Amino acid sequence: MVRLNLLLLAVLAACALGLITSQHQARKLFIEFEQEQERTRALEVEYGQLQLEQSTWAMLARVEKIATQALHMRAPDSRHLQMVQPGGE
Amino acid sequence: MNFATSPVLELTLPVWRSRLLLAAFVAAFLLLAGRAVYLQGWHNAFLQAKGESRYSRVIEISANRGRITDRNGEVLAVSTPVKSIWAIPDEVAMSGEQLSRLASMLELSQQEIQKRIGSAERDFAYVKRQIPPELADRVAGLRIPGLFQGREYRRYYPSGEVTAHLLGFTGADDVGQEGIELAFQGPLAGRPGSRRVIRDRRGQIVEDVESIRAAQEGQDLALALDARVQNVAFSQLKAAVESNRAKGGGIVVLDCNTGEVLALANFPTYNPNNRARLTGNQLRNRAVADSFEPGSTLKPFTIALALERGQISPETVVQTAPGTLTIGHATIRDAHAAGALTVEQVVQKSSNVGAAKIALSLPAESMWNTFHALGFGAAPNLGFPGEAVGKLRAFRTWRPIEQATMAYGHGISVSLIQLARAYGVFARDGELLPLSLVKTNALPQARPVVSAETARAVRRMLELAVKPGGTAPRAQIVGYRVAGKTGTAHKQEHGSYAPNKYIASFVGFAPASRPRLIIAVMVDEPSAGQYYGGAVAAPVFARVMEGALRILDVPPDAPMKPIELPPEGQEVKEGV
Repeated sequence: MVRLNLLLLAVLAACALGLITSQHQARKLFIEFEQEQERTRALEVEYGQLQLEQSTWAMLARVEKIATQALHMRAPDSRHLQMVQPGGE
Repeated sequence: MNFATSPVLELTLPVWRSRLLLAAFVAAFLLLAGRAVYLQGWHNAFLQAKGESRYSRVIEISANRGRITDRNGEVLAVSTPVKSIWAIPDEVAMSGEQLSRLASMLELSQQEIQKRIGSAERDFAYVKRQIPPELADRVAGLRIPGLFQGREYRRYYPSGEVTAHLLGFTGADDVGQEGIELAFQGPLAGRPGSRRVIRDRRGQIVEDVESIRAAQEGQDLALALDARVQNVAFSQLKAAVESNRAKGGGIVVLDCNTGEVLALANFPTYNPNNRARLTGNQLRNRAVADSFEPGSTLKPFTIALALERGQISPETVVQTAPGTLTIGHATIRDAHAAGALTVEQVVQKSSNVGAAKIALSLPAESMWNTFHALGFGAAPNLGFPGEAVGKLRAFRTWRPIEQATMAYGHGISVSLIQLARAYGVFARDGELLPLSLVKTNALPQARPVVSAETARAVRRMLELAVKPGGTAPRAQIVGYRVAGKTGTAHKQEHGSYAPNKYIASFVGFAPASRPRLIIAVMVDEPSAGQYYGGAVAAPVFARVMEGALRILDVPPDAPMKPIELPPEGQEVKEGV
């Protein structure tokens, strides 16, 4: 009887320690999860800022200005256009 | 001597004393036990709350305002977090050096800062809002007591003044105040949520207890707008308003297959990213919120009604000589007396007398019905704030002169977008489309207004109007057939027509063989010499249409030969 009780005590202690460890693990994982979620939000914000930056650099008015002034490009007029039919004639 | 029976030890205490003591202890224990049971079993909320406050926290989950993009995903408006600096005035204690450093960081004068936090009646005062997070970190580095930071959002508009009127803007609290931002405030805004969590000693969240309110992120909104077309439209309009020294102008580009608004621009405009010193003139969305008397651009509708009723055919001859028509006390004039014209030529040469004569042969009621069916006198239902309704008076109050002038667009007022939409009837074989500011995938439900034959007949007339014998040869484009109509109208001021103030307009569509785009242009008070729609508005139409057709890869439907313009001084001028 005494031995059985001792055995049960040992099992109980093991279970209690197991519970503590798993709870600790769960919390650690949860913290990690929270941090990743925080990172998601931060990246989302950064994505917005990068999109903003991209569309500021790629603003059509700016592209046009560079094309005409720095690269001396211009749209061809009708004399320099040749229409090609899809069928090929 | 028997010490065991010493009389000293004989001393006996009364029994009730020990009983009393015992009872007192038992009562005290019962009291404590009762209190403990009461606190833990029945009245436990208070203590539980106290306990929870040691580890559990309610945290806000912020919701971002949705982005606005054009139809191809180009970002037009995006919110990004910024900081605000606020103070509890009573608690602020800073040295002179701290004040001067704070002032230089925030680009405010020292007096300004002291004024903002000096008003001691308030226990909350903003020092500066919407500053970049990096700057806020440097301000935090000053460690001034009583100064705090808040998180807020700032909305950026990368395309700036080009899309200002369409998008509108948000206020300091990221709430829409104008344009699309106001019209779609609900779906764009999202809803912040909150949740209860358990935090450990280091402030890290270790457990999610419950979600109090789920956060709802603002939805992204894809507009019908095409940023490339918008850019062409805006830059050409701006150039035209500036070179004609006009008071302002507006332009609308519609897709006549879907009813989507591909571009909508006004000039003068403003930069929505920096809204200091805005004037009402800059804020005015002329294309949507202003109505004006359109002038001759309304003629084709009267002609269409007469064709529809079978009263005339495109070849019917109308006598316009001697170029004037007197009704009661008023006289209608043509810019050039032309003699006998066919109905086609009435549109092509924009004869007021011809249009008035045709209008007088029509019943007022059916004219009103047609105008109403075209969407005049009713808001275009874009969902846009402040849409102009225009003025279309009840037909019972029309006098004959009014009916005649309405035929060429006076005594009736419309907004530019209403006008553009109404031209869709000619571009689409007689159907009127509902308009959409957001990208649509389903084909809209169009409503027939005139028959397909009538629409095609008027389309031919509108094509003649841009040929060298018409009023708008400058609306031609190389490689495409164009159809359209000019308008030149005196401006109304204080209830009468101003003699030398005009609104020049042009509405048209291309390619005429299979219309794809409708463009309406309006220039308000051109004052650099030219004021006819054919000279001021038609070139804007041509350049924007040419650019837009190229951008949208619309195949040409005419030979690639240079356009013909009539010799100088021989251009056909319309009646005003």
